[in-house]
Amino acid sequence: MNRSPTTPGLVEWLPLPETGQNVLRFTGDWTLPYFAELESQLDALKPSLPETPDVDFNDVGRVDTAGAGLIAVALGPKCLHWLAEHDHDVPRELRALLGTVSDAVAEIYAHRPPPPRNFGFVDMLADVGTNVVHVRRLAFKLLGFIGATLETLARTVWRPRRWRITALVANMEQTGLHAVPIVALLSFLIGAVIAFLGATALQRYGATVFTVDLVSYAFLRELELLVLPRVLALVIVTPLLAFLAVMAGVVGGALVCWFALDITPTMFISVFQTDTPLRYLWLGLGKAPVFAFLIAVIGCLEGFKVQGSAQSVGERTTSSVVQSIFLVIVVDALAALFFMEMNW
Amino acid sequence: MSATAPREALVEVRGLRSQFGAQVVHENLDLDVYRGEILGVVGGSGSGKSVLLRTILGLRRPDAGSVRLFGENLHDLPEGQRVAVESRCGVLFQNGALFSSLTVSENVRVPLLEHTQLSLHDALRVAALKIALADLSPEVRHKYPSELSGGMRKRAALARALALDPDIVFLDEPTSGLDPIAAASFDQLIRTLRDALGLTVFMITHDLDSLHAICDRVAVLAHKRVIVADSLDKVERFDDPWIRDYFQGPRGRAAESIHAMT
Repeated sequence: MNRSPTTPGLVEWLPLPETGQNVLRFTGDWTLPYFAELESQLDALKPSLPETPDVDFNDVGRVDTAGAGLIAVALGPKCLHWLAEHDHDVPRELRALLGTVSDAVAEIYAHRPPPPRNFGFVDMLADVGTNVVHVRRLAFKLLGFIGATLETLARTVWRPRRWRITALVANMEQTGLHAVPIVALLSFLIGAVIAFLGATALQRYGATVFTVDLVSYAFLRELELLVLPRVLALVIVTPLLAFLAVMAGVVGGALVCWFALDITPTMFISVFQTDTPLRYLWLGLGKAPVFAFLIAVIGCLEGFKVQGSAQSVGERTTSSVVQSIFLVIVVDALAALFFMEMNW
Repeated sequence: MSATAPREALVEVRGLRSQFGAQVVHENLDLDVYRGEILGVVGGSGSGKSVLLRTILGLRRPDAGSVRLFGENLHDLPEGQRVAVESRCGVLFQNGALFSSLTVSENVRVPLLEHTQLSLHDALRVAALKIALADLSPEVRHKYPSELSGGMRKRAALARALALDPDIVFLDEPTSGLDPIAAASFDQLIRTLRDALGLTVFMITHDLDSLHAICDRVAVLAHKRVIVADSLDKVERFDDPWIRDYFQGPRGRAAESIHAMT
C-alpha cells in the first residue's frame, strides 16, 4: 500500500457564502513535510484573527501532531478547548488530537527556555575563575587519593592474606606483557629517529660518532612509559618495560648508525660503554616506578568518576591521559633539575 | 472495534520460520496486526518475541514464509521505498536505546533531521512538542539519558519513536523495570496517544497489568508459533498448559482480580 499523494495544507480567513461571517477554513494535509510553509501561512493570518475565530475543518486532509501543534499554537489553548468539547462538526479523532496536542503545547509555553547566554568578557573571567577552583579541587582530590592508596598499601603489607596475588599478576600481564610488542616497536622507531635526526645535525660538525651518545642519553635517562591502572602491577612492571624500551631504542639507533653512518655494532657498543656511565640507566629506570605510580593513581581516580554513558568513559580517559602526561612532565623536570644539582 | 467490519492489517506474518543454526525459534508462525489496535504479545523467555519484532522490522530476514509491513515485503523494496516504509514505524527498544551522547531533545531531533526537510530550529520545536506529548517536563529536554530515571528514559525513547508521526509503534517490554505506578502511567500514556493519534501499537510485554489495562488483543507465542491471538478473556480460556500457568498462576490471578474491581 502506498500512502495517497498529499496536498500541502492551506488556511484561509474567508466569509461563509451563507452567513457572510468570517471563518478560518483549513484544507489539505497538515503534516510534517509542510511544517515551515504552514507556519508562515498562520503567522500571516494571525494579526487579523479575533481571539476565538470560528473554524472549519470539513475539508481538511491528514493532520499529524506537528500540524496539530501549529494549529494549537495559532488558535490558542482557550479556543482549542472550546473546540475540543463543543464543536461537533469537527471529527472526533481530530478533536482528540487537538486536545492532546494543545495540552502539550501549553506545557511548552509555560516553560520558556532561558535566554541564550552571551559570552562576554565577564563570562570569560568567570570561566577562568571556575577553572582555577576546579583545578585546585582536582589537585586536592588527587593528593587525597594518593594518600589513601599509600595508607591502604601500608596496612596491607603486614597481612599477606589480603594480598591479592591473582589480581596483581593478571594486571601485570595486562599492563606489562601485553604492552611489550607496542613498546618495543615504538622505542625501536624512536631510537632510529633520534639517531637519524641527531646524525644529520652532528654531521655538519663532522661528529657523527656522537650519535651513539645521543641515543644512549635519550634512552637511558628520559624514556618512561605511559598509561594503565592498578598501581602495584604498574609499579613492578613499568621498570621492566622501560628496560625493554631502552634496549629496543638502542638497537634501533645502532641499526641506523650501522646502515646510514657506517658505525658498526661493535664500534657502537664500545663507544657506548666508554661514553655512557651506567648510572644513567639506574636514574632512568629509577624514575619509572614513580611515574608508574602517578599514572596508575590518576587512571584509577578518573576511572572511578566514569558514569553512565560511553561518552563519559571517553572523557575520563582523555582527562586521565592529559593529567598523566602533565604530571609526568612536571615530575620529570623536577627530577632533571635535582639530578643536575646533585651532579649525577 | 467491531469484529465484523473489514480491518486493515498493517502487519501480516505468514508461515514464518526463524532459525539460528539448528535451533528453530519460529515455525509456521502467523500473525496480523490491525490498524488502530493495541496488540499485546506475550510468551516465555526465549520464545522469540524480540526475534519476531526484529523480523517484522526487516532487521532479520525470514528463513521461510513472508512478512508484510503496510502490504510490502521490506526485503523486496528498493532502498528509497524501504526508507519510506520504515519512517512509518516507530520503535521503542527494550532498554530505550537512546543515543547516550545526545540530550533528550537531540535524540528526538535525529529522525526529524534524517527523514524530513525541517530546519534545525523547527526540528527543535517539533521535538519539544513530542517530548511534551510523551508527558515529560520541559527541563528534561536538555538532560542526557544517563541523568534520567528508567521511566523517564522510556518516555524519552517513546518521544523519539513518535517523532515522525508513525502509523505503528513497536514497543519491546515498555514497562519492564518500572515501578507499578510508573508502569501504570506509561500504559495510560500509550492508550491516550493511541486514542488521540490513531496509533497502532505492537507491544511485547511480560506485564499482566498492561494486558488487562490497555491491550485490545493478546497474541500468545508458544510452541514456536502464535497459538492464539484474541481478546484477553478468550485467550485466558484457551486450552493450553502454558497459558493456564501464565494467567492462572498467582500473579495472573492477582492482576485479574485488580482489574475486575476497577
